[in-house]
Amino acid sequence: MSDFAIEFRDVVKSFAKTDGGRQTILDHVNFTIPVGKTTVIAGGSGQGKSVTLKLILGLMSVDSGQILVSGIDVTGLRGRALEQLRTRFGVLFQGAALFDSLSVFENVALPLRERTTKSEQEIHDQVMAILTQLELTGHEEKFPAQLSGGMRKRVGLARALQLKPEIMLFDEPTTGLDPAMTQDIYNLFARTQKQVGYTAVIVSHDIPKVFRLADQIVVLNEGKTDVFASPEAMQRSQEPHIRAFVESTMGTSECVKETSKK
Amino acid sequence: MTFKQGEGSMQRNPVEKLGETGLYVLEDTGRMGLYLLLALKGIFRRPFRMAEFMRQMHFIGAGSMAVIFFTAASTGMVLGLQGYYSLHKFGAEGMLGSAVSLTLIMELGPVLTAIMVAGRAGSAMCAEIGIMRISEQIDALECMAIDPFRYLISPKFLAALVSIPLLTAFFDVVGIAGGYIAGVNLMGVNPGSYLEGMRSSVTNHDIWLGTVKSFVFALLVVWICTGRGYLVYQIRGAGFGAQSVSRVTTQAVVFSSIAVLIFDYLLTAVLL
Repeated sequence: MSDFAIEFRDVVKSFAKTDGGRQTILDHVNFTIPVGKTTVIAGGSGQGKSVTLKLILGLMSVDSGQILVSGIDVTGLRGRALEQLRTRFGVLFQGAALFDSLSVFENVALPLRERTTKSEQEIHDQVMAILTQLELTGHEEKFPAQLSGGMRKRVGLARALQLKPEIMLFDEPTTGLDPAMTQDIYNLFARTQKQVGYTAVIVSHDIPKVFRLADQIVVLNEGKTDVFASPEAMQRSQEPHIRAFVESTMGTSECVKETSKK
Repeated sequence: MTFKQGEGSMQRNPVEKLGETGLYVLEDTGRMGLYLLLALKGIFRRPFRMAEFMRQMHFIGAGSMAVIFFTAASTGMVLGLQGYYSLHKFGAEGMLGSAVSLTLIMELGPVLTAIMVAGRAGSAMCAEIGIMRISEQIDALECMAIDPFRYLISPKFLAALVSIPLLTAFFDVVGIAGGYIAGVNLMGVNPGSYLEGMRSSVTNHDIWLGTVKSFVFALLVVWICTGRGYLVYQIRGAGFGAQSVSRVTTQAVVFSSIAVLIFDYLLTAVLL
């Protein structure tokens, strides 16, 4: 069993541009995500943060290189093997990606109905338990369009946690939320991670708030990565592009204040 | 390729544009072919979603009955009047039942049913799947290790393959009745000769041809309409967001209608 939940080995990913050329988003990228810890993937817009998540999930394929999940190369997996891999992940999408024609209850019950042989009573009990835990009781008959942004994220989290994932991937989990709600969501992540024990990968530009959760930070910048063992290590970096990123996103004093709360 | 330096844009000559379009069409055809295979394979994957299949049957089939009824009644009555007008010149009004029924069963029934279903249910299926695609709902299904074809697409395929031929039969019956009302009740054609003309001229082969056509058209409509929505990101010029869904929906209805008309000719030429 590998010590790393996920490893990127020399990964290259590029996209076709409208003018006929190609833009390299990840250029021979190497980093590892340790088991049971929280890794934040940060970087400016268009630097490939969400692409990184999609590559891990096999929703996109790499141009070259390897992505290892628990030591197993997952690049090139297809069909049942890819489905099998995905059962180990839980994903909270940027917009929560709830099924808008299903109620909250049906959304959360969906993975249980489709992926397990549990009875309707067991499914009902399990869904209601997690809805209670995430303070969503009383909303189970509502549809996603009737929920606030924060509630949608919580329903998305409830759905993602149903099959007890080993690795949770969060894509911009607090985009569009107010500061209080953002705080609630982060507290929720910390609580559920403690309960379930998953490895968390958070893609976010919500800096410095997200850093209070981070055990490790991966910064994506122009196709390359910089890996820091802690927010403080990142703040101490003298690399000009990291300094620029730190100063543009959080400001020195705020970073000290935020990271000291950890 | 010729890059125009300094302006950040590229100008291609007509041959390059043609080549690029040719490559896109090949890629698009390949993607649609693969999509069709996966959708058909999904029909046989278990567990089968009976409730979703019934819901789609209701939506595509029962929900389209009103529009099919009015289209068929109008078409049948116009055929009755037009046929009477033409046949009357030769004193052959007795052939009206034969003319109306053969035209409906072999041509107009399958074609108009498919085109009306493409406009009503095909557009809705395309938009639904397109919105699910752009709002990451299909990605979410894949991430939960739920096959989106088995879960979402294949029940629509099966429902269309069952309900469109049934709607075609309904169209034929209503159309023939409309022709009867126009020809017999309004224009005074002998009812016996209308019904006997129909009975004696329509053969099993004609009905078989109409049935084969309706199956093929059903496949074309559901394939193109759901496929354009599913592949919304890969369609050139579709743009992004809501605009991309509206564009692929328009494209889906236009492409499926044209495909129905082209295949109508091909099937008639081969099977008649």
